[in-house]
Amino acid sequence: MWKAKIQVTLKKSVLDPQGVAVEKALKTLNYSNVGDVRVGKYLEVSVEGKDREEVEGQVRDMCDRLLTNPVIEDYTFEVTEV
Amino acid sequence: MKFGVVVFPGSNCDLDAYHTVKDVMNQQVEYLWYKEKDLKGADCVILPGGFTYGDYLRPGAIASLSPVVESIIKFAREGGLVLGICNGFQVLTEANLLPGALYLNLSLQFRCVFTHLLVENSQTPYTKLAGKKVLKIPVAHGDGNYYADPETLKRLEKENRIVFRYCTPEGEITRESNPNGSLANIAGICNEEGNVLGMMPHPERAGEEILGSSDGKIIFDSILEFWGEKR
Repeated sequence: MWKAKIQVTLKKSVLDPQGVAVEKALKTLNYSNVGDVRVGKYLEVSVEGKDREEVEGQVRDMCDRLLTNPVIEDYTFEVTEV
Repeated sequence: MKFGVVVFPGSNCDLDAYHTVKDVMNQQVEYLWYKEKDLKGADCVILPGGFTYGDYLRPGAIASLSPVVESIIKFAREGGLVLGICNGFQVLTEANLLPGALYLNLSLQFRCVFTHLLVENSQTPYTKLAGKKVLKIPVAHGDGNYYADPETLKRLEKENRIVFRYCTPEGEITRESNPNGSLANIAGICNEEGNVLGMMPHPERAGEEILGSSDGKIIFDSILEFWGEKR
């Protein structure tokens, strides 16, 4: 059994309204040294599969076909054997 | 003319669309259940507003994989009329029938207000009778912020596929008249052939004067006019 941990963020070119609001809030807490806050999503998926290569290929497909929208989002993931 | 109104779990403007077609336009209409592939002989399919699957993952993402949408994609490719309103527009982008994406409003607020729309293309089946008129039609959404990469935007502009832009009552495109931060004030776009239209504003909520505006009826009148000429 494998576990995929997937991180989804808005593309750099897409303005992140949540990130902007969170950044302002951090600044009201006097963290004047922060910037570029981005709010994303985190997903975990358990996957049965023979080897890492097969599982990683499947996770990539899942991300491209459903879990993320390539028009506005980027993703990274990490697969570990559990 | 026969209309089909899709019903997903979480649709909430299906009744409004049904009412407008049946009682205001006096046309035939049937509900299309999302689990069925049968479009029941509809000449125009409406994907209504709402919160399909509670907007989980992304608005419209899960709905775009349902059996009825599979049939709608085929229907659209064959030239069938498909109108996606609000959440229906989100379903159409997620199903890749329209380019771009709709995401969180720039203000982070759910906006439920009357907007004014400049009709930029009155050659589509949905805007034939709109001329260069400014339409007063309400929006009600939290994720209506349209985004497309610069290349796609350029293409949409070149091909005259931006059908509606948010504007002032006088028809001026301003930042203040844009309720959600949409790129280039985009409120609605169509596909290359013009048979698929997605729009965030709700024409079915503005089909009668008692609702504050009857400008939405122009969209439905246009569809009937187009259909009449085609036959």
